[in-house]
Amino acid sequence: MSVPATHLAKHGSAASKPGRRLPNKYKLFLMALPFFIITFIFYYLPIYGWIYAFFDYIPGIPLDKTPFVGFKWFRTIAENPTQTQEVLRVMKNTVAMSGLGIVTSFLPVIFAILMTEIKTGWYRRIVQTLTTIPNFISWILVYSIAFTLFSVDNGLVNTLLIKFGFIDEGINFLANNNNVWLAMIAWYWWKSLGWGAILYLAAITGIDQELYEAADVDGASRFRKIWHITVPGIMPTFFVLLLLSIGNFVNNGMEQYFAFQNAMNKDTIEVLDLYVYNIAFSNNFAFATVVSMLKSIISVFLLFLANGMSKWIRKESII
Amino acid sequence: MKRKRSAGDVLFHTLNYSFFGLFTITCIFPFYYLFINTISSNDLSTMGYITFYPRGIHFDNYVSVLKIKGLGHAAGVSLYRTVVGTLLTVGASAFLGYLFTKSEMWGRQFMYRSLVVTLYFSAGLIPWYSTMHLLGLTNNYLAYILPTIIAPFNIILVKTFIEAVPPSLEESAALDGAGYMRIFRSIIFPLITPILATITIFSAVSQWNSFIDTAWLMTDKKYYTLQYLLWRYLNESSSLAALIKSAQNLGAVNMQNMQTPTSVRMTVTMIVVLPILLVYPFFQRYFVKGIMIGAVKG
Repeated sequence: MSVPATHLAKHGSAASKPGRRLPNKYKLFLMALPFFIITFIFYYLPIYGWIYAFFDYIPGIPLDKTPFVGFKWFRTIAENPTQTQEVLRVMKNTVAMSGLGIVTSFLPVIFAILMTEIKTGWYRRIVQTLTTIPNFISWILVYSIAFTLFSVDNGLVNTLLIKFGFIDEGINFLANNNNVWLAMIAWYWWKSLGWGAILYLAAITGIDQELYEAADVDGASRFRKIWHITVPGIMPTFFVLLLLSIGNFVNNGMEQYFAFQNAMNKDTIEVLDLYVYNIAFSNNFAFATVVSMLKSIISVFLLFLANGMSKWIRKESII
Repeated sequence: MKRKRSAGDVLFHTLNYSFFGLFTITCIFPFYYLFINTISSNDLSTMGYITFYPRGIHFDNYVSVLKIKGLGHAAGVSLYRTVVGTLLTVGASAFLGYLFTKSEMWGRQFMYRSLVVTLYFSAGLIPWYSTMHLLGLTNNYLAYILPTIIAPFNIILVKTFIEAVPPSLEESAALDGAGYMRIFRSIIFPLITPILATITIFSAVSQWNSFIDTAWLMTDKKYYTLQYLLWRYLNESSSLAALIKSAQNLGAVNMQNMQTPTSVRMTVTMIVVLPILLVYPFFQRYFVKGIMIGAVKG
């Protein structure tokens, strides 16, 4: 795409009066500069805060009155067995949740393809509207709903199970260390499936309709059309999103896990982002910063890996 | 063009329609369930007797919960951050996405890369907090707006969308002597409305749903958002119920409909969800239409 743009630039500069104006390349730079400064302030300036990782920092006491401890907090990860175990546990949760997310990332593709097979306009509109609604509510609200449905004493599911005699006593689905990973991925797709499909629906409507008409003339079946026209048409979108999720492997975000966490499931629900929050909240600012730092470094490494894969497979860079 | 419907077709459509029907019910039933419980008699609801239809309909829960001090103000704060924050970030994303399609820009690659990297890289919670503190963005309404102006993912979406626009349109305008601003305003902007609709929804949703920034940055109650209040209520609903109970004129209240932690939790949830349920279907129609029109044109 850069070729026509360069072509255009030559025409553009030829049209403007030479010598009197700023060259286009600097004009464009100056237009983008204010935005770049905002980016720098909010995304890069915070890096200076990494110095907290090298102090025994306690909130409220100024940094210059705080002992400098060098790499002490980094070393505890390897040297303190309890700490090692803790970090390994959190890493295991992170890998499990992100892994499940990537393994199931084909779901919205299928959802979108099947949805385009609904030919009844009003039905399709209703389905699309109602299945995207959960995406629009926060994880706090999702948890509130989960609590309403699955709570131990008067949740709907327990009430029904008891009523129909499957169980005698309510099961505490939410404060429970079993199947937390599966429950989390299930809630994730409950919230995101309809929405995730929209990007693919847009990609499908972008496919040239003449391809389908030509296939109809050739008497192609539904599945052949899906396989040979729709799937190749949305593959680029799928690959980009897949590579993005590899780059974000250690960044699960924390809102979902934060909302669902409790004393009973903490062991299996704590992913890196939530772990940072929890230790920061217990005022261990230094160690929280250490974990953030390591997380960022892994993230950037994974990004370059994903980008390398993209260049190799699609001959195109994602950054 | 009509094709004969084979038995396989019928089976496929039956399964397909049923699947979507079931999934749609799964998505929407929880909201219905919450709603019927908030308007049913509270003693039946607390015992879990309200499953599929309301019983003993009343609206005392809403009346009591709406009396909670600060709820209206918090709704205003949420609305402010959603509207102002979204307008600014959509404008910035559209313009910046356009600028980044210009390969002749000086420093383009450096600026674009440093933007994309932020999708994967963040300094972390504590460094972020101390920066916000340093900038004076604690207990400050601007804290909801300024950091969200630059939304890297949205900028990438816009850039990709513009790259798919036939360059001939821009080219002829440039030959006529139109500058970058002019081309952006009169050619690019009308063409990219479908993607702008998409990112409008992205940002409005994330603004409305944010609560962790409030938790960290705001100590003064006047900066609280609806989501943050809800989160507090979810965690303190028993004390809240006591508060409401003490505020009620006990003699006038029907004993069946005394506020319980459950009723308060459900009612507040419903109040935070309702605006979305009411506004979204209308919003969504234009949004989907926008995507379709964009696709037909493309």
